[in-house]
Amino acid sequence: MYTRDVYTLCIVALMSISHTLLGLLESGPRHGYDLKRAFDEKFGHDRPLHYGQVYSTMSRLLKNGLVEVEAIEAGDGPERKRYAITDAGVTDVERWLATPQKPEEYLQSALYTKVVLALLTHRNAGDILDVQRSEHLRSMRILTDRKRNGDLADQLICDHALFHLEADLRWLELTAARLDRLREAVTR
Amino acid sequence: MTTPPTGSLLTAQDLRKTYGHTHALDGAGFAIHPGEVVAIMGPSGSGKSTLLHCLAGILPPDSGSIMYNGREMTSMSDGERSALRRSEFGFVFQFGQLVPELTCVENVALPLRLNGTSRKEAERAALGWMERLEVDDLKGKRPGEVSGGQGQRVAVARALVTGPRVLFADEPTGALDSFNGERVMDLFTDAARSTNAAVVLVTHEARVASYSDREIVVRDGRSRDMERAI
Ligand SMILES: Nc1ncnc2c1ncn2[C@@H]1O[C@H](COP(=O)(O)OP(=O)(O)OP(=O)(O)O)[C@@H](O)[C@H]1O
Ligand SMILES: [Mg+2]
Repeated sequence: MYTRDVYTLCIVALMSISHTLLGLLESGPRHGYDLKRAFDEKFGHDRPLHYGQVYSTMSRLLKNGLVEVEAIEAGDGPERKRYAITDAGVTDVERWLATPQKPEEYLQSALYTKVVLALLTHRNAGDILDVQRSEHLRSMRILTDRKRNGDLADQLICDHALFHLEADLRWLELTAARLDRLREAVTR
Repeated sequence: MTTPPTGSLLTAQDLRKTYGHTHALDGAGFAIHPGEVVAIMGPSGSGKSTLLHCLAGILPPDSGSIMYNGREMTSMSDGERSALRRSEFGFVFQFGQLVPELTCVENVALPLRLNGTSRKEAERAALGWMERLEVDDLKGKRPGEVSGGQGQRVAVARALVTGPRVLFADEPTGALDSFNGERVMDLFTDAARSTNAAVVLVTHEARVASYSDREIVVRDGRSRDMERAI
């Protein structure tokens, strides 16, 4: 199912955590803990970053000279480093933001494969499409509901998912309308 | 033929309707409970509007049964059916349903005026619904002076003003962009749910259908209840 948990995970996976943490540092130096909080609040929603992820990312950025340690505060527990972005870090964020994301190609469709196989084996391909539409609508209802009760961030995240599901459905309707021709083409 | 679930407000079984050689409906069925929003989906020309018109008592089917609240609609007289439409049903269509010479509040009040309600009382009720649909500031404007999305929300207020138990909507957002369409759907379904009215919603847009509780699919005049198909 395409709930927001799954969806947020996809968004986070697609974007680079290190570039995002770096970008958050541009507005001023922060402790690792502050960075995690800012990330979770803006992008993590109900799927927060692990501390381990933050510290391993920061040590990599440190090694590459994209951040520096501005201060170390002693205290109980682990030492608290305040990180600051370097000029090289700012350039890196800028380059990342300016580089367009590669669009998904969507050329591997399990649904297409199922439809063709159904036609080849003389099963009812229309049924497969109907059941898929229903499953998509079920996910869309959950997202719509969430959007109606959510804040702007929720709305934007859900809309992103809804538009993609809608695109699948438009393809599905088009395919349903061309099933007879597709059957001729694949069974010839 | 499956029997409709108990507790349904409106059910239809085995509806047939032909236009010359076209089988617009070829054994379609339907069932809806009070407070439910059911989307009717399917390709163009599959019989969605014909089904809605039969369910609403606008169009008599050639054969089949339509039960509303325990009464067989197909055996009612024309007069009984139109009385039922006026008192129990509300309608929202894609275009052109507001009277251009009347102001928006007069349009919304019109169904009550036709039922004999005084002007003052009818307009007070109309304004209440216009507030719900967030178009009360348009009360003195004529339909030609408001946007498409605002006009549809005025039309929804008009459909709700008589307190109908079933709302029939045929592509109510078909002429709107997706942002305004969703705003109409949001306010429309909220308002309908608050009165426990059932909504029969014809749409080919998935985003609009995602405001429903479930969908049926019409193909070549036959309907398929996806809830029970899985
Ligand atoms: N008044 C009519 N006279 C003749 N044929 C009609 C009439 N109304 C509908 N039809 C035919 O009946 C079939 C079903 O039409 P209907 O309007 O119910 O389809 P629909 O699913 O609502 O399509 P759309 O999505 O395009 O609105 C079509 O083949 C249509 O051409
Ligand atoms: Mg139609």
